[in-house]
Amino acid sequence: MNNIIATTAIKARKLTDEEIHDIEHEKTHYPYTQAVGLEALKIVQKYQGWVSDESLLAVSEYLDIPPDELEGVATFFNMIFRRPVGKNVILLCDSVACWMLGCDDLQAHITNTLGINYGETTKDDLFTLIPVPCLGACDKAPVMMVNRETYRNVTPKKIDQIIAHYRDGSPVELDG
Amino acid sequence: MATDKPLTKNIEIGRAPFTFQQYEAAGGYESVRKALTMEPKDLINMVKEAGLGGRGGAGFNTGLKWSFVPPPDGQPRYLVINGDEMEPGTFKDRLLIEHDPHLLIEGMITTCWALQATTGYIFLRGEYIECEQRLLKAIDEAYDAGMLGKNILGKGFDLDIYLHTSAGRYICGEETALINALEGKRANPRAKPPFPQVSGLWGRPTVVNNVETICNIPGIVANGVEWYKALGKGDFVGTRISGVSGRVKNPGCWEVPVGITFRELLEDYAGGMQDGYELKGFLPGGGSTDFLLPEHLDLVMDPGAVQKAGSRLGTSLIMVLDDKTCPVGCVRNLIKFFAHESCGWCTPCRDGLPWVEHILNKMEEGRGEMKDIAILQEMTTYMGPGNTFCALAPGAAEPLQSALKHYRAEFEDHVAHGCSYKKH
Ligand SMILES: Cc1cc2nc3c(=O)[nH]c(=O)nc-3n(C[C@H](O)[C@H](O)[C@H](O)COP(=O)(O)O)c2cc1C
Ligand code: SF4
Ligand code: FES
Repeated sequence: MNNIIATTAIKARKLTDEEIHDIEHEKTHYPYTQAVGLEALKIVQKYQGWVSDESLLAVSEYLDIPPDELEGVATFFNMIFRRPVGKNVILLCDSVACWMLGCDDLQAHITNTLGINYGETTKDDLFTLIPVPCLGACDKAPVMMVNRETYRNVTPKKIDQIIAHYRDGSPVELDG
Repeated sequence: MATDKPLTKNIEIGRAPFTFQQYEAAGGYESVRKALTMEPKDLINMVKEAGLGGRGGAGFNTGLKWSFVPPPDGQPRYLVINGDEMEPGTFKDRLLIEHDPHLLIEGMITTCWALQATTGYIFLRGEYIECEQRLLKAIDEAYDAGMLGKNILGKGFDLDIYLHTSAGRYICGEETALINALEGKRANPRAKPPFPQVSGLWGRPTVVNNVETICNIPGIVANGVEWYKALGKGDFVGTRISGVSGRVKNPGCWEVPVGITFRELLEDYAGGMQDGYELKGFLPGGGSTDFLLPEHLDLVMDPGAVQKAGSRLGTSLIMVLDDKTCPVGCVRNLIKFFAHESCGWCTPCRDGLPWVEHILNKMEEGRGEMKDIAILQEMTTYMGPGNTFCALAPGAAEPLQSALKHYRAEFEDHVAHGCSYKKH
């Protein structure tokens, strides 16, 4: 990605007013602008869904952080997406407590139902499936998140409900 | 009478956390009122004498850690709360923040007075959405009530607290990596010394403390050292959040007196193993601790006692390994996590962990060879203490080396026949 930025004609896009507003707010929390780099990437991702090269360059210019340095931060963090993701991101915990309680079966169920493996997005761009380390709810394993919602004691049946919920808004019970 | 559950007295799962007013009505923010009438160095001594050990994993005396901060020089100094909580099997800081955010904020204000710090950051795991929302609300309430901001309680003390949400990377929990992350850099750990207390965030004196550690401060300061000491069992002091995950009847975490045994936690709190499952071993305090065996259940949950038995108390959230779960598969899962989360700085960690993962994959798939067991053994020494920049790799070696010791026959069996457990 670094090379693409350095050697091709990709240009920074214009940040939106909302993005600039949120970034300016974060700036008030730190004595140095560089500290806002990750927050700014998260803000861009919140509005755009992911961090494109054009977005990365825009943040780099706006905060005056060299693009390579910002890319070093972007690629370091699991939750900054440098490739497009679907409208809904499923984060399935694959750490040890959830593994003991069958997260591999849940992954197989999601893969069968949606036709996507870890790291893939459905053709209709509705779902992306990503493994995530321990979500800090191991007493209610298995655990997963979709976007900003956490689901506990997940079963294949519950996954069906959750998928339906993000397709058509039908209800799903939260547990714990 | 003061409570015997200072960390969780306000917690009721299922109801919204206390607002500022409710929290104050329940006796909250008393430690701030008291602290602001005290000399900072007396506060530090008080916490030192209380014998509170850090709850982030290493257990270092908190007051002692604070005492390494040089005297004020008019320039900024920082308190940073470590709420990264990504150690597999650890789910206590989430509970505390989600259900009583004001306790952490109160602890931070009191601590900042002790350290004469005028800025506090909370470094929170990005995936903890409810924590983020509830903390932001609680911080706003505290500002509105004059507990944060300029001239707190009219005592001329200024303090700002900011929330920083991360984006998912275990190494950010290591305190010097956390400082780099907070500065907006790639989160590789820093060399120590200098220690953060002397030169941390932006080169200034910085104390990094775990969420639960700081949640202990309001009780100690408001109720005194003797009260705090009496909370523990026997000679042990205080309470801590301990918990159990895995195939037990009632998984969860609870505030327990320091000094109970693993057996008490497992049987009295977690209800024992689920029917049809036997205890084969357990990780006493997160994914980076050595396995202990059923014969260790009567050990007291104290860092010293656990160390003598060849492991670490770590975060004191135990994970049970049952007789129907493959120990090799369990270690493989842990190693996969550490391999993924390595920051890539040192060779034994960056290259060693994926190699170990590869060998464990082979074993699980029935393609292991006898010499692989010897290679795994050798790898634990390369990844051991002193060979890497931070404690991630030595932590990863712990479950592996103890599994090779306690479950060696199972490794050999994998080489001979592949994995005979139900496929997970
Ligand atoms: C790889 C690694 C990850 C860590 N993760 C955490 C964490 O998530 N939370 C935490 O409080 N401490 C974590 N620690 C320990 C911290 O470096 C540090 O010791 C701790 O935050 C100090 O706080 P305490 O003295 O209050 O325990 C981690 C250490 C290592 C080596
Ligand atoms: S031990 Fe691993 S995580 Fe720690 S500094 Fe070295 S490479 Fe990074
Ligand atoms: S292991 Fe899945 S939530 Fe902890």
